[in-house]
Order: sequence, then C-alpha cells, then structure tokens
Amino acid sequence: MAQRCAVIGVGQTHYTTKRRDVSMAGLVREAALRALEDAGLTFKDIDAVVIGKAPDLFEGVMMPEAYLADALGAAGKPMMRVHTAGSVGGSTALVGAGLVQGGVHERVLVVAYEKQSESNATWALSTHLPFSSSLVVGAGGYFAPHIREYMRRTGAPGHIGTLVAVKDRLNALRNPYAHLKIPGIDRAMVESTPMLWEPIRYLETCPSSDGACALVLSSERAATGTPAWVHGGAMRSEPIFRAGRDTVSPQAGKDCAADVYRQAGVTDPRRQIDVAEVYVPFSWYEPMWLENLGFAAEGEGWKLTESGATALDGDTPWNPSGGVLSSNPIGASGLIRFAEAALQVRGAAGEHQVDGARLALGHAYGGGAQFFAMWIVGREKP
Amino acid sequence: MPSDEPLTAEHVLEFPGGYTRTTGPVIGRFLTELRAGRLVGVRTAEGRVLVPPLEYDPATGEPVTGEYVEVGPAGTVTACAWVPEPLDGHPLDRPFAWALIKLDGADTALVHAVDAGNPKAVAAGTRVWPVWRGERTGHITDISCFAPEVTKIVSPVRSAYTLRAGGALGVFLEGIGRGVFVGGRCGGCGKVYVPYRLSCPECGLRIAERTELPGTGTVTTFAINNLPDPRAPEVPFVSAYILLDGADVPMIALVGGVPAHEVRHGMRVRAVWVPEDERKPSMASVRWFAPTGEPDVELS
Repeated sequence: MAQRCAVIGVGQTHYTTKRRDVSMAGLVREAALRALEDAGLTFKDIDAVVIGKAPDLFEGVMMPEAYLADALGAAGKPMMRVHTAGSVGGSTALVGAGLVQGGVHERVLVVAYEKQSESNATWALSTHLPFSSSLVVGAGGYFAPHIREYMRRTGAPGHIGTLVAVKDRLNALRNPYAHLKIPGIDRAMVESTPMLWEPIRYLETCPSSDGACALVLSSERAATGTPAWVHGGAMRSEPIFRAGRDTVSPQAGKDCAADVYRQAGVTDPRRQIDVAEVYVPFSWYEPMWLENLGFAAEGEGWKLTESGATALDGDTPWNPSGGVLSSNPIGASGLIRFAEAALQVRGAAGEHQVDGARLALGHAYGGGAQFFAMWIVGREKP
Repeated sequence: MPSDEPLTAEHVLEFPGGYTRTTGPVIGRFLTELRAGRLVGVRTAEGRVLVPPLEYDPATGEPVTGEYVEVGPAGTVTACAWVPEPLDGHPLDRPFAWALIKLDGADTALVHAVDAGNPKAVAAGTRVWPVWRGERTGHITDISCFAPEVTKIVSPVRSAYTLRAGGALGVFLEGIGRGVFVGGRCGGCGKVYVPYRLSCPECGLRIAERTELPGTGTVTTFAINNLPDPRAPEVPFVSAYILLDGADVPMIALVGGVPAHEVRHGMRVRAVWVPEDERKPSMASVRWFAPTGEPDVELS
C-alpha cells in the first residue's frame, strides 16, 4: 500500500510572451518560492527536487537541470530531470508523487518551466533532417490532420473549435496568471483570424509563453496547510509509428485514464469528477479528449462542448483556468493543469473556482499524442 | 562657390582650427575626470550635486563649493526625444535618442545620446550606462553615448553533423533512388511498414522480409498549411497521410497537381517522381502525390 501524498504548496509565475526581467534560474525560483510560501516552508524543508521541461532545443541549454540546481535549493539533495515532451509537466508531478508514495522522501519540490522567448518552438519542432521532405511545420502542422480526421469521423460542425477558443479565453479573464487576456472575445473574432494549418485558426491555437510552475508534495505526516490529496496517478506511452494506431483517440490515453480512474474509484468521470484541467493546445482537442477520457461516448464529445457543459458554469467544467489555449510555457503546461486541479479541490482557485469542487482531474499529453500523464486529486484523503 | 541657381551661393564660415574654450577650474575638473574615465559633479552651497558641474549655482548665483562628488556611472532617463534620421553633427550615425540623464547621485540631468536600437527601448525611467570612447581627450564626447542596461545576450549554438543513411533508412532510400517504396513485413503480426524499418513497433520483433510497394495509395487525412517556413514548400501546401496500397501505416507526403481545397479524405493518389536522370536516394526524388482520378475510397 502506497503512502498518501498531498499537494501542500502551489506556485506559479505570471505567464507572458517575454519575461525580460529574469533568467531561467530566476524564473523557476520565483515559482518555487511561491509554492514554498504557500506551504509555509523553506528550501530547508525539502528533501528532493524534480524538474521538468520540454526539449533542450527550445532554449538551447543542454541539461538545464545542472544549471538550475542552485536556484532550486537542490545543493546536497537528490535532483532529477524528467522529459516526456509536452506531457512533461504532468510526468514531473507524478515522478515527485511517486517518491513520496514510495516512502523515499517526505517532501519533494516539483518544478517545470519553459522560456519560449529564448528561441522559437516551431523552429525547434521542425528541424527538417536530410533525406526527408519538409512537410510538417510546428505542432499545429502535426495535429491538424488528426483534427480533420476527428471532424470527418464524427461529422462535428466547423464551429465547435471556435466555441472552445472563446470559452477558454473567457475563463482566462478570471485567472490572474493567464497569458492571453482578450476582453470581448467572441466567435466572430476567432473566425476572423486566419487558418494557419487548416482546419486550425490562429485563435484556435495556444500562445508561446514564458513561465514556471512549482508544487510542494508531501507525505501525510509532513503535510502543512491545506492539502489536495492524490487519489491516483498514471502515465502511458505508445509507439508513434504503430500500424493501426488511432491518432484521433490514442489507446495510451484511454489506458492512462482507465488506470487513474481505477485508482481513484471513478466509474463515471463526467458525474464524479467536479472539474478537469485538460491539455488542450488546439481548441478541437477538447471534444477529442472528452471522448478519449470517457466524459462522452465516441463521436459525442463535440455535442458536450456545444451544449455548454464544459463551461465554468456547466455541469463538467473543463479548463476554468483558461487552459493551454491561454497560457503555454510548454514544459510547464502539464504541471499547470495538475496544479490547477489541486487549487480547485483546495478551494483556492479564486475567481475561476468551481463551487464545491471535491475531485479534480489534471491531464497532459505530449509528442505526437504518444505520451500521457494524469492525476486525480481530492479534497478528502483517499 | 558657384551655384546652379542664379543669386544663390554656398558659403562656409569656420574659424580655422576651431575656437578654444578656457574651461575654468570647475568645468576643467569635470573634463579631466572624464578623461580618466570618471564622472563627477560639484556640490553647491545648498548641498545639491550639479552634473555637469557649473561654476555658479543657477539657483542662488553663489559660487559652487569646490567639493567634487563621483556620480554614476549609471543613470536614469528623465526625458527623451527619438532621432529617426541623424544629421552630420550628431554623435551617432544610426537612429538614437537625445535624453536627459540623471546620473546616480546627481541632482540635475545631463544631455547625451542614448544608443537604444529602437524607440521602444528608451523612455523616462530607462536605466542607461555610459559607453566610453577608446581614446579619451577630456571632452564630453569621451562618452560616445549612453546605452540601456544589458538584459539579454545572444548565444549562438550550432552543431554540424554528417548524416549517413545506413541500416533501414539506407535500404528505403536506395529504393527511392530507383523509383520504388521499400517496406517490410513483420514476421509476428504480419503488418507492412513503410518506410522499411528493422523492428516492429507493435511486436518488437525483427523485420526480415522486404517488400516493394506500388506508388499508389489513399489519402487518409491531411492539413492545408498556410504558415510559411523557409524550409518548407511554398504555402498553401497539403501535407497528407497516404496509405500506400499494401501498407499498414500511412506515410506523410506532399499532395500536388490539385488545388489544396480539392484534396479529400479517401482520394486516390499516385507518386509523381522527378525525371529518372535527376533521381537520388532522397525523398526529394518524390515530387509529390497527385490524384489518379479513380473514385474515392470509403474510409471507415
């Protein structure tokens, strides 16, 4: 039987296009200090540090964990770096939680970040090696065909993506840390923006952000403050070039959800999970993940989105923080989902709090939708 | 000097060698310190520090005290004006800002040029530092200009590789060089993978059997790319997942020979190769896939 693990501190930087005033070290330290302050602790109270970020090519710093150890108070302590592409923030939290649940450490500081302004992620994701032809430009170029395939299979009307783009940005207006703040955003505004990778419009994509997020994870006996309890955590991956792979609803995502639901005793996610923070970097991924995560039957996800069920005042709110569509420091984006889930069940989400949230899902995916990380956190002990 | 215009002439009035200026003790001290790479102000009887120093306090008319105070070297812009097109006599030959700069420790501001690169980079409140001239003579131009603080550096990273397509990729590209797509059948699950690879991602078993696939297939899905990239084809271009006949995994390839918005799910396509004498073991030998004109395939 694993030890109980709680989130006792959450720290975020404000997410923005360029944090010109801080180095990478200053950025991660800002999030770490806020998480420690939230937990009423200092670096002295931390046993180990786990850091996550997306590919090194994004900032061009090889093994940044070595450089960032000092900034995170890791001198003389175990430190490790996690990398699972876009899902890394979620994986980082789960590695940290595993260290607590396994009884290795009492308190673990988990930090994830990206300083996208130091280069250009689209460049870094499209290196165009010799012998191949240059066909995919950036993440949008990769995911657009799978969104198109979702639309074909389900017959979803073209405006569904627009609805999510508006809904998440309206939520972001309530989140002090969110990057994109677009007062007055509506469907007409989203539809007036150009198609970058058809069927993905400009305002249906995530921004490029600088930012960091940190959590303090604790065992039950070392817990301070208001804990959010980890009820389950799971990671899955699948080979990207497997024959018969369903790129619209990957098996690894279904398996990961089934595992985390089993651990948390969830049999009907739409009814039992009060709020979900799900990795939606392109608006169409909300209906796609609604199906993949079992909130809707296959082919029915877009109907749930269209009905308003996933809005902040809907019966199954998704991304009340504004989600990845509103803030995207890539390496941190998954951890922000996990952190926001914890804030919700601690009743600490401020203006975007879902009333009475007791059980929340944090979700991240990465690579070519081949890595998944999820956790469920609750107000009560598991 | 004669001019083309009647009743118009150019004339230069310039004292040969330039006027001299006797500095007096106060300005002289300031310039001597400048030559030594230091910035000083002078204290007034009321205790204010004037930079640049003056001999007589403009507030009271009294002589200044003779006490010199080191200030700066950094300061804060209190006001500025952007000069988009510098003139001959200006300190910089590129756009710059004239600014009033209050050096740290001073009570008055000094006029100087700020080399900020663009007008957004300088405003009241911007912190600036002097950029010293290599050879100093005791003149205000011993400071060639001021510049904003260093907040960012450029860190070029460049790794050069020699890529040798060996193993499975070599086998596949050798096929491309002679105009065929080489795939491989997994001995375990029987799935056909293209490009050819050494192991099955599903079973993990070694793929031993090679198979040559026809250049025809079906578009399973696609994107219309409008985002330009210097390394990608010109926009809009269609990148499609094409399931070659006989294969079990789609390949990503360009679709051409058809307007982007006429590409469809299920469309039948055929590889269009570059002329035989231009063919190389590289995907550049496949120009694109073009519609065959056959009826679309119903996708599940």
